[in-house]
Amino acid sequence: MKFGIVINEGPYTHQASDSALQFVKAALHKGHEIFRVFFYHDGVNNGTSLGVPPQDDRNLTLEWSGLAEKHGLDLVVCVAAAQRRGVLDEDEMGRHGKSANNLAPGFRISGLGQLIEAGIQADRLVTFGD
Amino acid sequence: MATLHTVNKSPFERNALESCLRLAKAGSAVLLFEDGVIGAMRNTRFSDKVTQAMNDFSIYVLGPDIQARGLDNDKVIDGIQVVDYNGFVDLTTEHDTVQSWL
Amino acid sequence: MENGEGVVKKFCYINRKAPYGTIYALESLEVVLIAAAFDQDISLVFADDGVYQLTKGQDTDGIGMKNFSKTYTALGDYDIKKVYVEKESLEERGLSAEDLQALKYEDEDDDWAEKDSLFVVGREDLVKIIDEQDVVLSF
Repeated sequence: MKFGIVINEGPYTHQASDSALQFVKAALHKGHEIFRVFFYHDGVNNGTSLGVPPQDDRNLTLEWSGLAEKHGLDLVVCVAAAQRRGVLDEDEMGRHGKSANNLAPGFRISGLGQLIEAGIQADRLVTFGD
Repeated sequence: MATLHTVNKSPFERNALESCLRLAKAGSAVLLFEDGVIGAMRNTRFSDKVTQAMNDFSIYVLGPDIQARGLDNDKVIDGIQVVDYNGFVDLTTEHDTVQSWL
Repeated sequence: MENGEGVVKKFCYINRKAPYGTIYALESLEVVLIAAAFDQDISLVFADDGVYQLTKGQDTDGIGMKNFSKTYTALGDYDIKKVYVEKESLEERGLSAEDLQALKYEDEDDDWAEKDSLFVVGREDLVKIIDEQDVVLSF
């Protein structure tokens, strides 16, 4: 079965990203397809490469990047939500005249249409949030 | 069409569980996870309401979130089924729609 | 439309939080405005504190935030014609339909007559409406 996943909260403050990660791992293990993981609201903060959690803690951004690399996941960060919160890729950095970018490997920035498309294409849309 | 409703907040903190039980159609399934597992525990102020709701809904609770909070599966209200993440995935495929009560 | 052309699903956006205290109401509205371009069957539901998103007379001058409440009245222009407000949620909060903005759309099949798009519905009806949906997004 084809899943769309929505993550509405950033890492660490809420359990949303952790729960989604466990869910996605279990779904992949069972042979399901993850059509897309869409990061919205503060969820876009999962996509910043600049987080440095303590060494004995999990690094959620690395976990997502690793999972994306291993399983070819499509990790989409909402552009409007990301601009508000300072999550930029190289293109966005140039477009807005910023001096740095921070989008982690395996993530891409795109529009809200990607969320709607996930709702249309996926058999199930599962949302994790506050 | 049967829906799986997910509730991730404690009934002591938010009205998500209450709203879910109010607006979900009878015959739906409800999964309690994250802080939502507190709603599955016996002997709380909400236990009677949740027990009552089991006349209309199949209620499930995510075991790993119970253990993480130092609670015990033995303390789960009778009739609520404990599932792991594999079970969570199965519940989503067995139902047509998944609705999160955020 | 990219991918998914021809597929029409029933999308429901459920709003249960008051505006301004958190960003969910505003960013939910942003999703809905984009969703309108996808030719899907859209319903909006306002229940619990979500009913406060639709109140008349919002004035955010004193809190330094953008007042986005007028955007709800433009939903009709985006062909969003089904906005459901739970009657009991209004009553529990001492509100009635008169406290809410009027939401209208122009019916192209009826010589562009202006019609209501906001429906105050009782709990039992709302249960049925939500249960009919294919995709439910909660904010």
